[in-house]
Amino acid sequence: MYDVIVVGGGHAGCEAAHASAVLGKKTLLITADIKNIADMPCNPSIGGTAKGIVVREIDALGGLMGKIADRSHFQIKMLNSKKGPAVRSLRAQADKLLYPKIMLETLQKTPNLEIQEAMVEDIIIKNKQITGVILENNEKIFTKILILTTGTYLKAQILVGNKKTPSGPHGQKESKHLSNNLKKLGFDIQRLKTGTPPRINKNSVNLQDLEEELGDEMYYTFSFDNPPFYNLQDQEKCYLVYTNEQTHQIIKDNLDKSSMYGGYVEGIGPRYCPSIEDKIVRFSDKSRHQLFLEPETKENDEWYLQGFSTSMPHDIQEKMVHSLKGFENAIITKYAYAIEYDAINPLQMKLSLESKIIENLFTAGQINGTSGYEEAAAQGLIAGINACLKLDKKEPLVLKRNEAYIGVLIDDLVTKGTKEPYRLLTSRAEYRLLLRHDNADLRLRKYGYQIGLIPKDKYEALKLKENQINTLINILSTTYIKLTEKTKNIFKDNNFEVPTSSISLANLLKRPEIQIEFLSHFIDLNYSFDVLEQVQIHIKYQGYINKALKEVEKLLKLEKKKIPEDINYNTVLNLASEAKQKLNQIRPTTIAQASRISGVNPSDIAVLSVYLKKEYGLNE
Amino acid sequence: MEDTIVAISTALQKGAISIIRLSGKEAINIVESIFKGQNLTKVPSHTIHYGFIMEKNTKIDEVLVSIFKSPKTYTKEDVVEINCHGSIATTNKILELLLTKGCRLAEPGEFTKRAFLNGRIDLTQAEAVSDLISSKTDKSREMFLNQLSGELSSQIKTLRQELLNLLANIAVNIDYPEYEDATIITNSLLKEKLAAIIKSLNKLLKTAKNGKIIKDGINIALVGRPNVGKSSLLNKLLQEEKAIVTDIAGTTRDIVEGSITINGITFNFIDTAGIRKTTDIVEKLGVDKSKELINKSDYIICVLNGSEKLTKEDQEILAFLKNKNHLIFINKNDQKIKLDLPNHNVVYGNTIFEDGINKLKEKLIEEFNLNHLESEDPTYLSNARQISLVKRSLQSLENALNNTSLDIPVDLLELDIKQAYDLLGEITGETYQDELIDELFKNFCLGK
Repeated sequence: MYDVIVVGGGHAGCEAAHASAVLGKKTLLITADIKNIADMPCNPSIGGTAKGIVVREIDALGGLMGKIADRSHFQIKMLNSKKGPAVRSLRAQADKLLYPKIMLETLQKTPNLEIQEAMVEDIIIKNKQITGVILENNEKIFTKILILTTGTYLKAQILVGNKKTPSGPHGQKESKHLSNNLKKLGFDIQRLKTGTPPRINKNSVNLQDLEEELGDEMYYTFSFDNPPFYNLQDQEKCYLVYTNEQTHQIIKDNLDKSSMYGGYVEGIGPRYCPSIEDKIVRFSDKSRHQLFLEPETKENDEWYLQGFSTSMPHDIQEKMVHSLKGFENAIITKYAYAIEYDAINPLQMKLSLESKIIENLFTAGQINGTSGYEEAAAQGLIAGINACLKLDKKEPLVLKRNEAYIGVLIDDLVTKGTKEPYRLLTSRAEYRLLLRHDNADLRLRKYGYQIGLIPKDKYEALKLKENQINTLINILSTTYIKLTEKTKNIFKDNNFEVPTSSISLANLLKRPEIQIEFLSHFIDLNYSFDVLEQVQIHIKYQGYINKALKEVEKLLKLEKKKIPEDINYNTVLNLASEAKQKLNQIRPTTIAQASRISGVNPSDIAVLSVYLKKEYGLNE
Repeated sequence: MEDTIVAISTALQKGAISIIRLSGKEAINIVESIFKGQNLTKVPSHTIHYGFIMEKNTKIDEVLVSIFKSPKTYTKEDVVEINCHGSIATTNKILELLLTKGCRLAEPGEFTKRAFLNGRIDLTQAEAVSDLISSKTDKSREMFLNQLSGELSSQIKTLRQELLNLLANIAVNIDYPEYEDATIITNSLLKEKLAAIIKSLNKLLKTAKNGKIIKDGINIALVGRPNVGKSSLLNKLLQEEKAIVTDIAGTTRDIVEGSITINGITFNFIDTAGIRKTTDIVEKLGVDKSKELINKSDYIICVLNGSEKLTKEDQEILAFLKNKNHLIFINKNDQKIKLDLPNHNVVYGNTIFEDGINKLKEKLIEEFNLNHLESEDPTYLSNARQISLVKRSLQSLENALNNTSLDIPVDLLELDIKQAYDLLGEITGETYQDELIDELFKNFCLGK
């Protein structure tokens, strides 16, 4: 009997199993193939806009993704470094072979964690509670809690041209029966689709014809706890290449042969990850599209052609690839394909990621309708944490929308559902100014520590940092520059306008041309880069930050208004019928969550508040 | 119940006074921000204070403000009541001011709802309250939608679409920094775009003014020294046009002499004591009062006696009117005209002959563009709520515009633009949250 069984060894499964084991629970990770632990079947990168911030959040909470990415990438960049602090985000080109290798080693070293190769085809339920799983060979394994992180493997089918082959990514074995069995238990199963571009042998491409894309010339790490493990000058290059009229003609001429346009696909694909045929049909006025050629690993010459995802038959893919400049003699090492798979409707999950239908069953990752390694890892971590909290009879960890992108992700899924694979975007986060790359530790480390994934010394280091930030803000707000010849000259020497009267350092820092380092002319600035960065952001963007905090205050008031689990919406008079139906389906836990449901209007919320007060005496 | 709400508590019709009531955390601060008198944030609970409602430096009305601090109030929240003069124009003006300061127009039954939720009202009344909320909101929603057809809503939709395009473009810049086919929105480009949208919104607000004119009428002050024919002019106007015997629209009841309608629009005439220098204290008060009234009126007709040369007093009056909307009625053109004012907005006429003031009426129609105003057209931004939403949306955009010069990054300015976009959405009732993301993928070919 296990405390926790995790089914699936992808990014969600690894984080879930690791968190559960570290928190002292007897944990079993079941994977179809141990060689595929933490596999990266699509792009060879970790992070990206919004996603890079999620990786930082995972690290702040005590997850693995950031630490392993730091040890396995060969190029890293800070995206949007020229824009405001709220939208900066790291992206690394991770080594597809090294990342999984380090992950496997880490898991194998984790106490309380066993890994078993097997295929799970059914789950065992007693009184609407999970008790175990049934393997392909009918063996039963019992557990208190089950976490399903099956990725794109449920009834997966690979699509190439008019051919449909039951298979997981890259020819891996798919799960045949699990989704049918879940359906029988009342899960609403939806069919989703995604795809991957061809892989190219780098040596067969004329790289001189391509534009180079370099890594940043500054050191970065995802993790708050480790130094960089790479040398700036050792970073690998990526390359930029464009489609052309010829490529487009080939695609147009053969559109009926693609799975997508030939009508062979049932699943709904993500808008943000369209196939090349999609791009050409929907944006027919564009004469070219950007593609990136990216290394996948240092161990071989197989490169990834980002932007060229397709479900065309192999012979057409050959023609398409050869039409690209520099690719005239390119060798395709793996053909592109589309993949369809089953996912559950996330509206059937709670904010803790536990199922509303079966107790002690958690789901995380692509099975919940998301896309992306980072989104998967984040859910896996939360599911792992909440499985343990449930075993310990504690309240689940539910991150709010103002606390983390992870909170936005899960709330969106559970409250709004999704019809296409869900990707995080900065525009989904209404409080993104507060959810920055640079302050993930300040936002979340306390939770990691309370739960037990962050050790005491690291938490204390954070408290120290927090103190220093507050101290320095205080100093800058209360220290005034006296206008003497000496201080005036400092401004003149730096070509800054001399203040007209005595001014506080904080107000000085608000000037656009002034950076915090300049203040060292007036006071001792003996603080770490991180502390200075926080103080500078805090002071420079105070107006906007305060505005955001005011909005958060409103949100939190509504979040405090809990809706009892046993509420019967049918007895709430005057509730519009659409609202009644939505509320019954989603069963929000707070008035705030209820108000985010589309179709629930302010008047419904008012009626509901009145009802709660009357029936339960609930108010603030 | 985080918002502070406001409503006119008395029926909006003729009466000596109206009461405007606010409830919520910010109630006292909001009223304090437009009140001249004691500092309301420092006064004890359950006290009444005399003072003025101010718009910037202009007195809007003389009022009594009652302060009730939580919890011993009707809603158990902080409540403020403003007793103002009973004209619709003044009451609406104060309401409009309050709305721009950050409170929200209460929904029907909302004060009672708060009273209930805060435990002030007996539980047995719950269902009644709930009925009230749902029936009234449905009805008002219906009314609200009817009000928004045609021109106005399409104008707002166009502006919203422009803001949405801008937001989607900024979002692409942020979420897909390597995507090269989207214009990079820089601060200077943003400045240009914002200025254009602000201009359109200001234009929209002008139509809002027309809406107000339709609803509340135009207040016209008659000025001039004694014996130039003000009273005869007023009598002639009132005789010829259908005079409305009412005092509801005036700024202060006792000085509205009468109202007439021209082309369906109400003109409220306010007679003034005349502007002139005086040493008599009692008279001086009257003169100050009339200057104040002139400042508050929408338009001024200055009456001069055409059979006399310009007196020193006339010149002082003209100087006083220099920067105000006005016209000069040169009276007594039935006699020999001795006055010539080449650089003024002048109409000649008399109160003797039948057609003596026809020119004046034509001029008024022209001045207020009344031929273009159709009072039946519901598409004007006519209510205070809409005006305040447009104004707040303008404030957000202006904030963004000002900050473009301070090198604030575009992705922060975007927060102001988003706010403006949401506020305009409240007017048309569209607040669909995924619009932006839909727009993003519709307009840009994104993805790996």
